[in-house]
Amino acid sequence: MSQHSPQHAVDIALRSARGDDCIVIADESSTANLRWAGNTLTTNGVSRTRQLTVIAISRAAGGARVGVVSRAGVRDEQIADVVAEASEAAAEGSPAEDAQPLATSAPPLPASAPAWDDPPAATEIGVFSGFAGELGNAFANAASADRLLYGYAEHQITSTFLGTSTGLRLRHDQPTGRLELNAKSADLARSSWAGVSTRDFRDVDVMALEAELAQQLGWAARSVELPAGRYETLLPPSAVSDLMAYMYWSAGARDAVDGRTVFSKPGGTRVGERLSSMPLTMFSDPGTPGLQCAPFVIAHASRRISSVFDNGEPSPRTEWISGGTLAALIQTRYSAQLSGLPYTPWVDNLTMQADGSSASLTEMVAGTTRGLLLTCLWYVRDVDPQTLLLTGLTRDGVYLVENGEVVGAVNNFRFNESPVAMLDRVTEAGATQPTLPRELSDYFTRAAMPPLRVEGFNMSSVSQAS
Amino acid sequence: MASKPDTGPGRIDPEFTSYPLRQLADAALARAAELGAEHADFRAERIRGQQIRLSDGRLETQFDADDLGLAVRVVVDGTWGFASAVDLTTDAAVRAAQEAVDVARVAAAISTERIELAAEPGYGEVSWVSAYEIDPLDVSVADKIELLARWSSGLLADSRITHVDASLNQVRETKFYCDGATTALQQRVRVDPEVTAVAVEPDGRFETMRTLAPPAGRGYEYLTGTGWDFDAELVELPSLLAEKLAAPSVEAGRYDLVIDPSNLFLTIHESIGHATELDRALGYEAAYAGTSFATLDKLGSLQYGSPVMNITGDRTAKHGLATIGYDDEGVAGQSWNLIAGGVLTGYQLDRRMARLEGFGRSNGCAFADSPGHMPIQRMANVSLQPAKDGPSTAELIAGVTDGIYIVGDKSWSIDMQRYNFQFTGQRFFRIRNGQLAGQLRDVAYQATTTDFWNAMEAVGGPQTYVLGGAFNCGKGQPAQVAPVSHGCPSVVMRGIRILNTVEEAA
Repeated sequence: MSQHSPQHAVDIALRSARGDDCIVIADESSTANLRWAGNTLTTNGVSRTRQLTVIAISRAAGGARVGVVSRAGVRDEQIADVVAEASEAAAEGSPAEDAQPLATSAPPLPASAPAWDDPPAATEIGVFSGFAGELGNAFANAASADRLLYGYAEHQITSTFLGTSTGLRLRHDQPTGRLELNAKSADLARSSWAGVSTRDFRDVDVMALEAELAQQLGWAARSVELPAGRYETLLPPSAVSDLMAYMYWSAGARDAVDGRTVFSKPGGTRVGERLSSMPLTMFSDPGTPGLQCAPFVIAHASRRISSVFDNGEPSPRTEWISGGTLAALIQTRYSAQLSGLPYTPWVDNLTMQADGSSASLTEMVAGTTRGLLLTCLWYVRDVDPQTLLLTGLTRDGVYLVENGEVVGAVNNFRFNESPVAMLDRVTEAGATQPTLPRELSDYFTRAAMPPLRVEGFNMSSVSQAS
Repeated sequence: MASKPDTGPGRIDPEFTSYPLRQLADAALARAAELGAEHADFRAERIRGQQIRLSDGRLETQFDADDLGLAVRVVVDGTWGFASAVDLTTDAAVRAAQEAVDVARVAAAISTERIELAAEPGYGEVSWVSAYEIDPLDVSVADKIELLARWSSGLLADSRITHVDASLNQVRETKFYCDGATTALQQRVRVDPEVTAVAVEPDGRFETMRTLAPPAGRGYEYLTGTGWDFDAELVELPSLLAEKLAAPSVEAGRYDLVIDPSNLFLTIHESIGHATELDRALGYEAAYAGTSFATLDKLGSLQYGSPVMNITGDRTAKHGLATIGYDDEGVAGQSWNLIAGGVLTGYQLDRRMARLEGFGRSNGCAFADSPGHMPIQRMANVSLQPAKDGPSTAELIAGVTDGIYIVGDKSWSIDMQRYNFQFTGQRFFRIRNGQLAGQLRDVAYQATTTDFWNAMEAVGGPQTYVLGGAFNCGKGQPAQVAPVSHGCPSVVMRGIRILNTVEEAA
């Protein structure tokens, strides 16, 4: 372990801490990105960041006081200053409502987990070496057929080193990659989109995606104007993932217990209530292949659904919805006490599946008499927390399906729908597959969802956007 | 633009200025020139942030963030290259210059448009500090918690209030920019204090109401009486919230609206601010934030709104969140027209687009949210001008027979070409025969941008004008967050579609 290593920084910080408890998180992060528009690269970049977060805890009669200071680019000789600042913030603060004892034993880690002492993992522009060549071919291919490609590729690796004054030393390396590819006709009137989440860009087939987008632009050769209204709608995995991830983020136990979310009910929460007559199960599991994420809590600050006191606690597989029934809410240990429910912390991936479903989206289209087929959703925001009514737009391709075939492209719509109420109008779910939530992908990329058939999806008004 | 008399480099973060910034810049720019870059600029930044949040008067979040780094941006043979580093050392600056040139050479293979920049005068060595009295980061955490706790306990003492969230976000941004011709050292601060009261009925129904105080480019004095009266606002919240909880649900349909600046600023942001960003109109954001219906061919002819609509862009408004002396390309802050008499007359530009589309000079909208990100065109303060000697809000309301007065922002969403939008608010008052007649619940308004602004019958006078804004405007890939303000008067809109959000969820 060399000087200036994050492991060393964690040790120095813990040694210089004077309070009762201390948590130190060192994040080493590297990112490479490419962005393109109109078949040419527009911007690019590589960056590295180094962040040291010190959580100083002072325990006294009346409660534990916490100070958190998170600083970029800290040099070894500055570490003691950061610790002192955090301690000062703790001394000045008032008792934290979420105070708990710190974890003392290490959570179970996968066999593939890197050792504490191994150097931090990193990415660089070379991660795109194979991909960039293929992208150039895709530009040429698109240009030859009067199509324009737009999009973005980003790869990031963050190595997180978590140490506590109770002796824990935990490490997690997180690769996060995504590709968004958008194809438009030369007059920009038709548009299609595909997105993938990837750990290393080795599994990304950009030419295949370009071909898929070309097919969708072909469907749009015929356009159909449809009015606002409630339609039978086929939601592909990306659209489902944005709605379900929004619901997941809104499933904090603390707010539910306070009586201020869709999952509240007088005197408690709706855990145990049936949300869907379909046997849908929604879970998070740090071990899900391709969607691997940290198997323990990493919390840089306490917020509604996270607590710094929970750092290092295991975050195992949790079913949020089991066979259509609400099974758990996102908990801190503090909110678990308030709600009287098990401690089920946030996990950074989300999977939904329907028992026994194997239909592909293509098969679901073939089984449709009349309905809409979406591509993805955009600008999704909550409108009313009481019902979790969300609004947003359809984007980059809405298609009319008649008698099992796509017959043309429809105008875009603004929708108003609650994902919670929608679950009860799901009439068919297909096979689960990895996908990229288009709206949330800046924050959340690890999802696997089935395509869904929803009765009476509420298209509230027409959007002229194309 | 020279330093303001009441400010000066003496107030600029001494820890930041203790780094050999000029030396780092010289080393990076020299290396870039050696390697054949036709343009290079150097930026170093320190961004300090602090978030404090109380839940029912108890401390939930205290988080101090401190970001420091440098960035080098180059143009090599007509292609961009960008690299950043976290260490403010000569070695790191030189390495970043080298890396930026390398990135440009790799990128050249798949770039077809030549990058050229609009000329900007060199300003030599300049400094600029925003208008504030007390740096919020100089105030003790204990004092801030105590103030938020006092606000919370005041509300919790009222039996009609079930929960209170109180939060304070603060940022101090210190920047050093050098492109050889201009060397700018700048600092600005901003604060966003918010209080939300929640009322929960025994049957499970709940409503919330948030303070209207906008985030501002001001110091801690904003929380203690300068520019806003928090005590006066907080004392009114319980009865306003109780009235909202007991209010009838709105009947969906078309209504005349009087929209308060506390709500309208966000509609301006989404339907005008983003729509007049030239990078969107040109398609650079097509796969992400989106494009704009207000394309270049419509410049000078698009009837965006009614003749009473006059919109300016500026980076100069006092206390504006997008206000700065020099942008992240060394362009001096300016003010210009975007819409005059309802007609589209301008765009927000950076140096590259100004040159590309023949605008001559950039109007100074380049911004990067951190040292690790490349500057892109970001929003200026985009504001609707009041009518000189125009009416008060009460006079505007008096002119409406059957309508709704909308106050405060809440939910927002707009499509990727900025046509179709939907907004809610904090408070909705029924207007009958020119008088307010109690609150309504469950209101959302939905329209198409040009229909909406062409339905604007009247704008209020300067006495109704408020500078609103937000800390969290998102754009770009990699995603960048920018603060921006929007000033506007109260307005009257005729025949706007109102939805009932409970019916929408049914």
